[in-house]
Amino acid sequence: MFKRPREDARASLRFTFDGAAVEAREGDSVAAALLAAGATPCRTTPVSGAPRAPYCMMGVCFDCLVVVDGVGNRQACLVPVRDGMAVESQRGKRELGA
Amino acid sequence: MSDIRDEYDVAVIGAGPAGMAAASLCARARMSTVLFDEQPAPGGQIYRGITRSPFSDRSILGPDYWAGEPVAREFAASGAQYVPRATVWSLTPEREVGVSIAGEGAQLLQAKHVVIATGALERPFPIPGWTLPGVMTAGAAQTMLKSSGIVPSGHTVLAGTGPLLWLLAWQLLRTGASIDAILDTTARESRARANAHLASFVLSPYLMKGLKLLREVRRRVRVINDVTAVEAQGEGRVQTVAYVCASSAMPVQLPVDNLLLHQGVVPNVNLAMSVGIEHRWDGEQLAFVPVLTPFGGTSVPGIYIAGDGGGIAGAQAAGWRGILSASDIVHAVHPQAAKRAAATAQAALKRFTRGRRFLDAYYRPAAQFRQPAGDTIVCRCEEVTARQIVDTVALGCPGPNQMKSFLRCGMGPCQGRLCGLTVTELIARQRNVSPQEVGYYRLRPPVKPITIAELAALPKDEAAVKAVVRI
Repeated sequence: MFKRPREDARASLRFTFDGAAVEAREGDSVAAALLAAGATPCRTTPVSGAPRAPYCMMGVCFDCLVVVDGVGNRQACLVPVRDGMAVESQRGKRELGA
Repeated sequence: MSDIRDEYDVAVIGAGPAGMAAASLCARARMSTVLFDEQPAPGGQIYRGITRSPFSDRSILGPDYWAGEPVAREFAASGAQYVPRATVWSLTPEREVGVSIAGEGAQLLQAKHVVIATGALERPFPIPGWTLPGVMTAGAAQTMLKSSGIVPSGHTVLAGTGPLLWLLAWQLLRTGASIDAILDTTARESRARANAHLASFVLSPYLMKGLKLLREVRRRVRVINDVTAVEAQGEGRVQTVAYVCASSAMPVQLPVDNLLLHQGVVPNVNLAMSVGIEHRWDGEQLAFVPVLTPFGGTSVPGIYIAGDGGGIAGAQAAGWRGILSASDIVHAVHPQAAKRAAATAQAALKRFTRGRRFLDAYYRPAAQFRQPAGDTIVCRCEEVTARQIVDTVALGCPGPNQMKSFLRCGMGPCQGRLCGLTVTELIARQRNVSPQEVGYYRLRPPVKPITIAELAALPKDEAAVKAVVRI
């Protein structure tokens, strides 16, 4: 669980996570915005299906992998949020042609 | 993307204190200089978000953070080309650099000199339940604080050892956030061993600052000392943290929404090792560290490593090590200026590395937190447990690379960043040999995943096409 500062001069914007609207601020990474909105876990593992959420926030652990605008395996902590972006949780392995 | 050239005098990788300082000096010497940064804005991890902080109140992140502001300002003014969201996925000994910009296009370029300034990452902290959502590194929480002003809410517990853990606690308290407890895993024997280096630490610039910070945190937060075991528990996400400490024989449970782990930082070796740069096991820092000349030169001509990637010494030292590497590079064109810069950097480095051995010894993570047992996950990507690794060593598997064939450990997307040291140490202990003898994963490009489409779109000559296309 996380909370945003009371005052934040940065512009607010919106994107969707699995279809639901998420509020974010200009300059947030997708991972930070998801955590602030309580929208985690962001993926399940390909091996056991266990839920995972961002762990390192610096691009090394790959536990924040999500689908961004239809492209899978994106590191949410390295992708800045954009207004109108469609983010989906990444479920297990990807199937061929899926 | 078209503004990235095919050739540069100097390519710097990473925009932390070392990378920014090295790039600035090279650019000021009128060498064509490019800096590739994986983040959207300069600062690296230590000065993360320094050019666009959400905080107007500077007392929250503290003066050591804001020391990065003039460094970033000088970098912006230096004339060095800055490329954000740039992932370097390949570097050859001939200094051909493969880079992917914003995941949308890969490019190859040639550099006469390369400075690897990829810094450090947090040492793996493999405890039971560390993969549960709600468990993060202390550095991760600090990154959210620095870049977005976002702070933990609900029940928050910090666990581990090392300066960053205490700094984060201090910063969170300044934002008004509450911390339920700090589980201090600093080992008694480490503290005793550190006393041998106390004399040099007393003269170090870290002493007074550190003591003041520790006192303030201890006054405001419940600190549990001598913690010897930590476990994250919960269904679907972390709900409780259980710990064992010297003053209680039975495990104690605390409710928790955020469990923030930290036990020091280690060099981020992936890119350097993939080039074939020689590394050695450092028994004090408990990590693989590159073999470097006094200027940060590596075993591969023309490639330097500056900053914490060359061994942990902190942000101030990193900046000066960036200057040192750059001075060696610009020496051919401006010998006098290079000599002056090198002399200043060497003197400063002496000051900022003083007391380091004390810190390494004092905050040396205890063996049980580096070498887990039983069902504790070691490789987070492939979900390989400590028991599987130990059992596989018993079958005769001698090292991390053979371990890949048995268990796939280290073969997931993180490419060993979160398990490499643990696997090496577990194998070394089981075989009763040194980690140096066991070695590390053999790392190869691409050191970060890129799409097949990006690779396929790279320019290729006729011979290369013929080699794979059946006619």
